Amino acid sequence: MKRIYVSEKWCLGCHLCEYYCAFANSGSDDMAKALMNRRINPRIQVEERGGISFAVSCRHCEEPLCVKSCITGALSSEGGLITIDKNRCVACHTCVLVCPYGTIMPSDDGMMQKCELCLKNTIGEPACVKYCPNRAIIYEDSDVPAAAR
Amino acid sequence: MKTKQYVIIGNSAAAIGCVEGIRQLDKAGAVTIVSREPHHTYSRPLISYLLGGKTDRQRMRYRDADFYETHGVRPLLGHTALSLDPAQKTVALDDGQVLPYDKLLVATGSVPFVPPMEGLDLVSKKFTFLSLDDADALADAVTADSRVLIVGAGLIGLKCAEGLSGRAGSLTVVDLAPQILPSVLDERAAALVQAHIERQGVRLLLSVSAARFEDGAAHLTDGSTVPFDVLVLAVGVRPNVSPAREAGATAGRGLITDEYMRTNLPDVYAAGDCTESFDITSGERKPLALLPNAYLQGETAGLHMAGGGKPFCTAMPMNAVGFWDLHIVSAGSYTGNAYVQCEEGHYRKLVCRDNLLQGFILIGDVLRAGIYTALIRDRVPLDTIDFELIKDKPGLIAFSRRDRQKKLGVKPA
Repeated sequence: MKRIYVSEKWCLGCHLCEYYCAFANSGSDDMAKALMNRRINPRIQVEERGGISFAVSCRHCEEPLCVKSCITGALSSEGGLITIDKNRCVACHTCVLVCPYGTIMPSDDGMMQKCELCLKNTIGEPACVKYCPNRAIIYEDSDVPAAAR
Repeated sequence: MKTKQYVIIGNSAAAIGCVEGIRQLDKAGAVTIVSREPHHTYSRPLISYLLGGKTDRQRMRYRDADFYETHGVRPLLGHTALSLDPAQKTVALDDGQVLPYDKLLVATGSVPFVPPMEGLDLVSKKFTFLSLDDADALADAVTADSRVLIVGAGLIGLKCAEGLSGRAGSLTVVDLAPQILPSVLDERAAALVQAHIERQGVRLLLSVSAARFEDGAAHLTDGSTVPFDVLVLAVGVRPNVSPAREAGATAGRGLITDEYMRTNLPDVYAAGDCTESFDITSGERKPLALLPNAYLQGETAGLHMAGGGKPFCTAMPMNAVGFWDLHIVSAGSYTGNAYVQCEEGHYRKLVCRDNLLQGFILIGDVLRAGIYTALIRDRVPLDTIDFELIKDKPGLIAFSRRDRQKKLGVKPA
């Protein structure tokens, strides 16, 4: 299955992935209106310190602790894609407690959200990948030859 | 090959984990679920959210309505397994049915523990709070004028208080312990959460217990009297080891299993709240009545029953809970060197021992707490990461470049 991979070698720390993620999942077609003057809650987040930066989003684990630990059944895995049914979430934060990557977080309304590879919004392909200016975020099969990296 | 007969006693997280474990490897075997409760599988921790109007009967289903069909499960709901015969490999139900099994899972959960208290039998409106039926009965009994007294300031008692807060006239919680949530929080964190709960109008009476009841009043050990209309008993829960123990399964406080969840009886497994777990952070065996633990144990059992799988050996105490929008997450045990940050509405405690993170408590800012949990679960030596860097804010930046690449980068072809 195709996954998102990040390269800290190429990451500029520009945070564009965060903005495009928030926009892609905003339901709006106007980026300025969707993001201006508000605190954004993107599903991908850049960690940075001392010249090192890299983006982190859901790894869509093969053994997803979040899905297995979810107390409501809101998180599920199908064909390797892990999604959340926000309607069934009660914000207990068990997924926050168990995700080893720290990639499930509260959305604007307090219920949990996570990267769903933009397959459930209108973009249809990961916006963070599409708009990364330096190809530091890529979306590909895990068994691609090293030359592609 | 002969079709395997799987029988599961129970219908909550461990049972569902078992079904999903079996079906990863065996699509053909016959799976029967026997459950005393007549309901579709539901999330037990959600009963307080149901009382509070934050979920409903449809949304609190633990799995979709068609789960039994899609997973080829024959649900025998509203049936109690009375006994099991490990020699004949059968389970006898209350209606006289006898179910043969090749592999049996005992996932009988826990039962409320109600210590003997003088005069309790005189109280007409008294309830426990563990099942959907408990929640329904309580909802029927409580009106806008009701004075509710809850005995027990643990997770069950306090979540019950939160669930009832929009429904009841007044809420009082009494506990013998000097602090709330003694199994989850240290004293300082408990005081912070206690203040928050009291601000919601709940009266908390600690270091006292009910010496005697009459119908409508509790006489406490400090000489005071608390009048009530409805009494909730939330002192604690105990593993429900029946009927497995009667059939010869070894039990301490809970049923004893190995790392594949096998009991000492051949082809009989146990998972969930009815068992004892080995806590990797304290090195002790104890009941860990936690939903994620139950699911993982159930799945481990299911995989092994179906002929595969791997051992489950990462159990530890773990809680994620919120009270009136104040979030608390905790994991592990708290013996060791503590790093503590405490400010208005926030608390952070990380406990290290033997070059390992052993436990933590986060209140308020709980974001990315799973990074800490993974340090405990994976027994990551702290001198191999930059732990100082993430004491105040968890991040993958603490790991070496190589480890970060392993976690986030393209895997080597």
